[in-house]
Amino acid sequence: MKRIEIQEANRAAVAAIQQSQPVLTGIGIAGEVVPRMRKNLLLHAGPPITWPRMSGPMRGAVMGALVYEGLAKTPAEAEKLAASGEVAFEPWHEHDGVGPMAGVATASMPVWIVEDKAAKRRTFCTLNEGLGKVLRYGAYSDEVMVRLRWMRDVLGPVLREALALRPEINLKALIAQALQMGDEVHNRNRAATSLLFRDLAPAILRTRAKNEDQLKVLEFLNANDHTFLNLSMPAAKIMLQAAEWREGSTIVTTMTRNGTDFGIRIAGLRDRWFTAPANIVKGLLFPGFTAQDCNPDIGDSAITETCGLGGFSMAAAPAIVKFVGGSVADAMTYTQKMYEITETESEAFQIPPLDFRGSPLGIDLLKVCETGILPQINTGIAHREAGIGQVGAGLVTPPMACFEDALAAYVETYCPKD
Amino acid sequence: MASLNNLFTSPVKVINVGLASFFADLKSQGVTAVQVDWQPPAGGNAKVAALLDRVRRWQTLVRAGKE
Repeated sequence: MKRIEIQEANRAAVAAIQQSQPVLTGIGIAGEVVPRMRKNLLLHAGPPITWPRMSGPMRGAVMGALVYEGLAKTPAEAEKLAASGEVAFEPWHEHDGVGPMAGVATASMPVWIVEDKAAKRRTFCTLNEGLGKVLRYGAYSDEVMVRLRWMRDVLGPVLREALALRPEINLKALIAQALQMGDEVHNRNRAATSLLFRDLAPAILRTRAKNEDQLKVLEFLNANDHTFLNLSMPAAKIMLQAAEWREGSTIVTTMTRNGTDFGIRIAGLRDRWFTAPANIVKGLLFPGFTAQDCNPDIGDSAITETCGLGGFSMAAAPAIVKFVGGSVADAMTYTQKMYEITETESEAFQIPPLDFRGSPLGIDLLKVCETGILPQINTGIAHREAGIGQVGAGLVTPPMACFEDALAAYVETYCPKD
Repeated sequence: MASLNNLFTSPVKVINVGLASFFADLKSQGVTAVQVDWQPPAGGNAKVAALLDRVRRWQTLVRAGKE
């Protein structure tokens, strides 16, 4: 019999999350910095998935990414290549990274590099393209390709040089500040992006880039409130990695979706995925779209909720209900409920309307199963067909079956036979 | 006994535990009521409840072994 006290294992796991210090240190090219990245590999959001089971937006993003990478000349050619077995698909989560929505990334894409120096750990995420017709929502038109190439040729190099010209940026402190300013850093990143912009702008102006490129970079960052999402995600990922693979712990270290399945991983169940069909997101749709247009839940961005941000910190961001639906009272209730399924409260992330109570931190598999309360996630909604893009935003929960299966595996792994 | 009799002669105030529809019915009839969110452990799912019981029994053994 394993002599492990779950409470002790969970306390240690959550303490490690609290101690983790994510800092933004630079920009790299995915093929050069992401572990085991290669030319014919496409990283994607969510648990593992094969081409035949991919949803429309995931397929659209794969097709666009293959054209962007020069592996196919047209979307039609890309579709054939994707189905041929000559390209590989692996989850970002198995390569120390995360990707919002479809989350598809290829070797030549620029990526943010986030580090936890004490732990000697690095995580990665692509740069945010903005809202609407973008690759991460499955769009692959010419405007998407033109933007991605500009991000590779101008945005990435300018940011890389700018970051080298200034001290690294403490993301944990920046997120804590953004929560005081009405963000929850999943679907509301306005304050966080503004704070990042303040940090980066002087350094961007000191780069050797042409003035017109510097101006375009500043305008691009300023015009996209979601710029910071692609930093809150790898920051959350690196903090949660501190809790990963601790014997006996029932803390959830990953929640993610690929548009077909929702997957979770548990600290005490090394490298194992527990999946079930992803739910439909309920929320506010852009004009002209209906519920029939919506793809099931998609993206690695639920890593923010796993770390006590996003839906777990909605009480800090009442204005977000104008984007994802519901009332301010609902936002308060979502956060309050999450304390019932978490191990502790964050020491760094505080929620002003709850008298600066720490955000709910450390989802406990046992508490989810005991109470039946599911983690609350807020998220964007992709069109179910490839090539269209975002159609709205809303609220969703994971399927309970993920947690039930994980509990069964945990019991099988640790508990003595009856 | 007197206090029990008063129960039936004074206005009823209800604390409803569990099914919210009972609470809604009382409210629609103008009864003063508060709702307590409650559901059986594991949402009444016998399989999950049995798994949680195994975890509890194991933890009891672990703690006993440390005493």
